[in-house]
Amino acid sequence: MTSPLLQVKDLHTSFSIDSGEVRAVNGVTFNLDRGKVLGIVGESGSGKSVTAYSILRILVEPGKIKSGEILFNGEDIVQYPARKMRQFRGSRISIIFQDPMTSLNPAYTIGNQLREAIRLHTDRNRAQAQERALEMLTLVGVNEPEKRLKQYPHELSGGMRQRVMIAMALACEPDILIADEPTTALDVTIQAQILELMQDLQKKLGMAIIMITHDLGVIASMCDEIIVMYAGGVCERGTADEIFYNPCHEYTRGLLRSIPTFENKNEKLTPISGSPIDLLNMPKGCPFASRCDRAMKICLEERPEEIEINDFHRASCWMNVKAVYDEAKGGEGI
Amino acid sequence: MSAHLVEVKDLKQYFPIRTGWFTKTPLKAVDGVSFEIDAGETLGLVGESGCGKTTVGRTLLHLYPPTGGEVFFDGKPVNRENIHLFRKDMQMVFQDPYSSLNPRMTVEDIIGEALDIHQLYSSKAERHERVGELMSLVGLNADHARRYAHEFSGGQRQRIGIARALAVNPRFIVCDEPVSALDVSIQAQIINTFEQLQEKLGIAYLFIAHDLLVVHHMSRRIAVMYMGRIVESAPSEDLRTNPLHPYTQSLLSAVPIPDPRTARASKRIPLEGDVPSPLRMPSGCAFRTRCRFATAQCAEQKPELRDVGQGHQVACWRSVNL
Repeated sequence: MTSPLLQVKDLHTSFSIDSGEVRAVNGVTFNLDRGKVLGIVGESGSGKSVTAYSILRILVEPGKIKSGEILFNGEDIVQYPARKMRQFRGSRISIIFQDPMTSLNPAYTIGNQLREAIRLHTDRNRAQAQERALEMLTLVGVNEPEKRLKQYPHELSGGMRQRVMIAMALACEPDILIADEPTTALDVTIQAQILELMQDLQKKLGMAIIMITHDLGVIASMCDEIIVMYAGGVCERGTADEIFYNPCHEYTRGLLRSIPTFENKNEKLTPISGSPIDLLNMPKGCPFASRCDRAMKICLEERPEEIEINDFHRASCWMNVKAVYDEAKGGEGI
Repeated sequence: MSAHLVEVKDLKQYFPIRTGWFTKTPLKAVDGVSFEIDAGETLGLVGESGCGKTTVGRTLLHLYPPTGGEVFFDGKPVNRENIHLFRKDMQMVFQDPYSSLNPRMTVEDIIGEALDIHQLYSSKAERHERVGELMSLVGLNADHARRYAHEFSGGQRQRIGIARALAVNPRFIVCDEPVSALDVSIQAQIINTFEQLQEKLGIAYLFIAHDLLVVHHMSRRIAVMYMGRIVESAPSEDLRTNPLHPYTQSLLSAVPIPDPRTARASKRIPLEGDVPSPLRMPSGCAFRTRCRFATAQCAEQKPELRDVGQGHQVACWRSVNL
């Protein structure tokens, strides 16, 4: 068996502020294989974006990777010096952000920004970079690409700008694309276009994608594997079907019960009670215990280990997850 | 007289936009919208950003004076002179729970301000009691009345906004994207709160949102807006299973379904291009530039919203000609 393209091992990232240490990511471990789509789902403050920023080492002060390894093709990129990291970013792993309105520089033309990214990471000259920029814009379905290259970001619609961001991210043929809430700021019909485009490009170019979102609908249509994060940790992981049809962690189950679907119109939604925990005062036990209906004594005292349910599914919970799994499977699921 | 609680007829809202040194072009944010809402009922209003759905809500409450059209509440016409008499009956809950609460006021004063204005109490103690009552009604701890808005989480702030709207015992609330700024688990709590209040107090809602799943869950009827007009309106279930307007069909097919098997099996009906500039509205049907079925007729004549049976209305030449 070949080793995974990206391995994140026991990653801890925190922000030291005056009132203490905010432990945004608390021991996250996962593998990503070549050409796969991994979804990271969680609510605001669950640490999903900080995990992505840690991988690219673009954390904003005072954020710091405290411990853990990030292995890309077996090499630990946490140890890379800044100069090497700069070359690595964009060429091997690139990222697209949530807000296409603010992630492009308003003072430069689209062409200018695309060429800069290309010339920084490849040895193409100006004319070749121009050609590549044109090719990329065509690939991501921007109409009239020649004209667009001369335009400024404000002249483009939100969906167009996100396409330009994708073109820029893919221009240097990265092995991994991290998409941090890429469609949250867009309308549904535009969201559908962008997701379709990402799926097409993923098949065409064979890159791996880490898809970060809070939208379970987006996750369901895009991902091979899913990681569910809560309070900086992974509470459940598995293939898309396992997570959606046989969820075992109470948080995942709660999340799935609380979304409206076209089928449950006449039923009351079952929300998760309470609100997310304060990352400054992490409990010593399971972080979800205070909101969990099935919490036991041990949940308040000790953090649960990850338990393997089957080859495609793991959950971190003190419950007998295998029994929960059989229960979920035996019933109609959630 | 009509039996409807709220009736809107041909509502128009044009904003003059400077397009040159001396020229102003009207931006037709809302261009002839009509609908009715019965007591205790929810009408969902969906559409993409810029379609005018928020403007409909605000114009309906005369937060912007309408350019044209009429609004009736309980059969009585609402206009600029008498709107203050209706403020007690018609309230609003805003999208952003962070910017819609005054950071320098305590929760008691935020909720109590409405009581002050409408003089709904006779003593300080009564005011305090009423605020406590409202807070428990929306699921807040009444002991927190002396706190400021920043001490609450997003979901709790949205509850404060709801309590403020409820303070004057309204019969109708315009809810403008009330859950879109909230996390999934909190969103469900607020949706349930809205539903419980409707059951308990019989309040009617105009529920404005872009999330079709949420609107479908909340509403008895749904109206779909595109470029300032309602293009289709039908009972929720009917709209989902039998959408007639090509725009509604695309919109429904674009909704990401939180179910991997359905998501893999479903086919999206792609929508080409972007929404045209509202300053350069296409002639005839505004949707024709992106429509798969557009014909010459669509460019010439504007389709009116017409009934096709069972309370289903659609504004499309194709459904007329079929």
